Amino acid sequence: MNSDVAFLSLTVFLPALGALLLAFFPKDKPEAVKLTSLAITVAVFVMTVSMLMGGDAARFKAGEAQLQAAFNVDWIPSFNIYYFMGLDGISGVLVLLTSFTSMIAMAASWPITKHVKAYCILFLLLETGMLGVFLALDFFLFYVFWEVMLLPMYFLIGVWGGPRREYAAIKFFLYTLLGSVLMLIAILMLYFNSDVRALTPDQLAVAKVVQSVDAPEVAAIKGAKDAVHTFNIMALQQLGQTTAQFDREVLFGRSIQWWAFLLLFIGFAVKVPSVPVHTWLPDAHVEAPTPISMILAGVLLKMGGYGIIRICYPICPDAGYDLAWFVCTLGVVSMVYGAFAALAQKDFKRLVAYSSVSHMGYVVLGLGVWSMSAGNEYNASYMAQGWNGAMFQMLAHGISSAGMFFMVGVIYDRVHHRTLDEFGGLFARMPVYSGMAYVVFVAGLGLPGLCGFIGEVFVTLSVWNFSKTLAVISAAVVVLTAAYILWTLQRVYLGPEYKGPHGDHLHDMDAREIAIAAPLVALAILFGVNPNLIFKYMEPTVTASVQELADWTENVKEPRLQAKRAEEAKEASAVKQASVVAPKAVVPQVAKPALDKLSAR
Amino acid sequence: MNFYELIERFRHNTLDVSLPAFAPELAICATIIVMLIARMPGIGRKLNSFWIALPGSLVALWLAAPWRHLQAGVDGHLGSTPIFDGLLIYDPLTVYFRGVLLLFAVLFFIFTKLSGIPDREDSPDFYTLILGGLLGMCVMASANHLLTVFLGVEMASVPSYALAALLKGRRTAGEAGLKYAVYGAGAAGVMLYGISLLGGALGSVHIPTMTAQLAHLSPEQWADRQLVLMTGGLMVGVGLAFKLSAVPFHFWAPDVFEGACAEVNAFLSVASKAGAMALLIRVALGFSHEAAHDVPQPIPLPAHAEAATAALPFQLASQKAPTAVSPEDDDAAHDHDHAEAGSNMTKVRKYIAGLIALLAAITCTFGNLAAYGQTNIKRLLAYSTIAHAGYMMMPVAAAVAMIGSDVAAAREGVAALCFYVGTYLFMNLSAFAIVAFLRNSLRTEEIADYAGLIKRSPGVVICFSAVLVSLIGLPPLAGFVAKLFAFSSLVQAEMWALLVIGGINTAISLFYYIRVIKTMTIDPERADRTPTSFSMTSVEGVYVALVTLPVLVLGVWFDSLRQWALAAAAGLL
Repeated sequence: MNSDVAFLSLTVFLPALGALLLAFFPKDKPEAVKLTSLAITVAVFVMTVSMLMGGDAARFKAGEAQLQAAFNVDWIPSFNIYYFMGLDGISGVLVLLTSFTSMIAMAASWPITKHVKAYCILFLLLETGMLGVFLALDFFLFYVFWEVMLLPMYFLIGVWGGPRREYAAIKFFLYTLLGSVLMLIAILMLYFNSDVRALTPDQLAVAKVVQSVDAPEVAAIKGAKDAVHTFNIMALQQLGQTTAQFDREVLFGRSIQWWAFLLLFIGFAVKVPSVPVHTWLPDAHVEAPTPISMILAGVLLKMGGYGIIRICYPICPDAGYDLAWFVCTLGVVSMVYGAFAALAQKDFKRLVAYSSVSHMGYVVLGLGVWSMSAGNEYNASYMAQGWNGAMFQMLAHGISSAGMFFMVGVIYDRVHHRTLDEFGGLFARMPVYSGMAYVVFVAGLGLPGLCGFIGEVFVTLSVWNFSKTLAVISAAVVVLTAAYILWTLQRVYLGPEYKGPHGDHLHDMDAREIAIAAPLVALAILFGVNPNLIFKYMEPTVTASVQELADWTENVKEPRLQAKRAEEAKEASAVKQASVVAPKAVVPQVAKPALDKLSAR
Repeated sequence: MNFYELIERFRHNTLDVSLPAFAPELAICATIIVMLIARMPGIGRKLNSFWIALPGSLVALWLAAPWRHLQAGVDGHLGSTPIFDGLLIYDPLTVYFRGVLLLFAVLFFIFTKLSGIPDREDSPDFYTLILGGLLGMCVMASANHLLTVFLGVEMASVPSYALAALLKGRRTAGEAGLKYAVYGAGAAGVMLYGISLLGGALGSVHIPTMTAQLAHLSPEQWADRQLVLMTGGLMVGVGLAFKLSAVPFHFWAPDVFEGACAEVNAFLSVASKAGAMALLIRVALGFSHEAAHDVPQPIPLPAHAEAATAALPFQLASQKAPTAVSPEDDDAAHDHDHAEAGSNMTKVRKYIAGLIALLAAITCTFGNLAAYGQTNIKRLLAYSTIAHAGYMMMPVAAAVAMIGSDVAAAREGVAALCFYVGTYLFMNLSAFAIVAFLRNSLRTEEIADYAGLIKRSPGVVICFSAVLVSLIGLPPLAGFVAKLFAFSSLVQAEMWALLVIGGINTAISLFYYIRVIKTMTIDPERADRTPTSFSMTSVEGVYVALVTLPVLVLGVWFDSLRQWALAAAAGLL
């Protein structure tokens, strides 16, 4: 347990320590600064890989669903805040994606020449924030990491971005801050309505509120006079699924959890981003420098999906059930809107940005599908398919979109424009680059055999049981995706020859660029051919979470719905009876039109 | 009671109970006197009064010993004692706010020495005014009687008028001083009228007695006096709102802040605000909470004196205090009385909480919106101060609303305000210190002139950015934690509308704070700017770093300050 504390803390804070170290570097050695930063990101990547491969410390075993390497240390006891981190299948793969993307993006940062030291410091702080978000299991800690990312990101876009960088940076900041303030309100609502005294000792131990079932703290919690509130996400999940603490009506006849779900979902939807709160994304992406676009698309967007899967549904299942249509519709609208918007773009990078909106729509849709029952039979496998698909889609999108942004960046570095209509004929001039770009773009398209396909098909299949209309629409989006990707490939890479500006600067990728692109291309193919490589880590956890929700639906929600239906039926029959008891008042009204009809005949 | 007993009571009450509790204030008085006497002989004129003011404030802080008393409060050993016959009250809240004020004084004096305002010539005037104002604020923080409330407000305000006009010969400074004085006089007049209305309607101006009277008004009496009470309350509220710079009584703040120097601004925005907040708690919670221990009860006499039965001099007006209802009265009457008290207090709480919540919402929103268009850093910080006054009032509204239902939650509301004030001390002191030092080296206070400052002085830009981000309320900085607790008590009180207003305001405030940061970091440096730099290795730089450090530390380790804030609140409810 102590080694877990040390290992996970070191993983999260190593980049921050590195940033501190960089602060003492001389200003005139940009190369050394970049190399040090790269070394740190590589070290973090190696640490996360060793976690999944099973090192001595913080060993993560594939095929297990529960939390691993978790620890829970006092932080602010008077407000029940703990330094609580841990890994499971869901966070494990995302941590790996984060460290991988950070490493690749740092390598892609070599063309940066302005204020290199400040850039690297902010970049490393950003990485600490991202890793922390995925590892934190205390809601307060999660929120702190969530917000810590904002300021470095603001500067990374605002200082090193394109011509409209300041507008884009503040827009990004404002949208995310507004979302996270709503999230904070939801966190406080959940906190003050939670009471861990309602949990059994087993649940307390599973949620790591206490170290073990027979720890002395159990008696202390059980014997507490006042409610013991908690920020522990695992404990809140247990409370949401096994008690009625969040069911109290609070405003406009809606329960605590309905409001909490809505506020949290808005906060996460901003990050995903979902239509209609997506407008920060095209601006931020277009203005951000290439490596930051890769981080944005590859990692930051995943935080929205992670929040929904880790927090929204498990803590507020009742609201999730009631709002399933809302969430799914939002997902489908994002998919369709993003695809059409991408079709209309003239700027290469903006097109990739809108493709992200469309692709992340699959994630929202896959997570939103509450297709628990086919007919009258409870079968969680449909929903598990949706969730697994969404998770896979997040990883696949992390690879393919980071790749796409990198490919756009490579060409932008050479010709300094991104206008789609002025490209063409790159294949002849840059064969290696174009070949790799083809793989990455087609992976984004979702061609079978590449990584994009698996997630899309899982999500689409799972939706079928929930709503055939949505399934048909989401399947049709694939056609739109193919349209804009293929059209782009045609406009950029095919054609007789390049006629745009700076044609003489077109040379193929150098060794560094190939070293960055190759792993992305390799992973895109590898995950497409052998998706089990990822599934074996995350599937048990995802399926277990879904199973918990399925049990909840069967044992709690369904009886509740039946009771409600019975009540409605009773009311309806009461109304009917009333009409029977007072026939004089009712009959003439009913009879008159009928009589009229008869007489008309 | 014979004459001897009366004298003995008086002697015991004053010498053994009141004066020891009042020692820090006495130390301030002594410092002022020493400072005034020291300038009489020729040699004293050559001495910068800083060397008297700093030791004086250190002695006062040592006498107040907030760390010791609050730790005792955390362990539950600190009760509350009315002193000077109930004019003032000595309880954990007094200790907390006096600690904040005196700690501020110490840090502030060092700051003024470093920034060079005042010079040796002006120093006795300046430090006398500051300490005089501080004395008033200490009285505000421990006021238990509307007379001391008014006295405290005036003692704090009058030196502030003079301080606002400290930069002699400058038009803006003169204008600031005059505006402040005129507004202040108006507000004080209205407040005094309000006090007399309340006193007339309730037969006393001793707050606990008034509350007891209020709680036991019969429905007929209530209906009869309702209008007078509400008007009186509103008028007292005007006086408080003026001190809090709450909208719509905020007009003085931006002009005064722009006209006065940054040092005075730091004093007005931190100390004056802390005193006003303490006073708000005293008045708002005093009137909405019937304190069991404050109803006329004789201070325990030494063993040799007989127990006294007569009420204390200032509490004579309350002839029918609730404790007069003796146990042998029949239960029905008692219950009836109790129910009446409950319903009266519910109305009072609703009125006070509604009033504060409304003021908080308007103040916060207006402050943030108005700050958006500012180009002068001091004016911007003035509006920021107004906005933060709004945030700080929110938990008070929540606390007042919750007294009836959940005392523990109400206590947390008060603690949230205490915590906010504690962190605000460092945020604003650091911000104004940086503004003053930058003024000394750049000769400007326009935001636009800070462009590209990061090239010259990266250290100070990082400190300033940290402070501004903390003022927005982003983790892991102290401002976030303060806001978190303020919002928590709103959630507990289920004041959703106010909560959403607070949340949206946080997002709005991002714009203008980040604009300053953007100017300093992203904008290119002006070609025509005098090439001055402000190094972090200078004494000023170290001071700035030391004052900014707590903003960071309190954002991560805030448990002890929170415990102290809770202890401070515990003595009240």
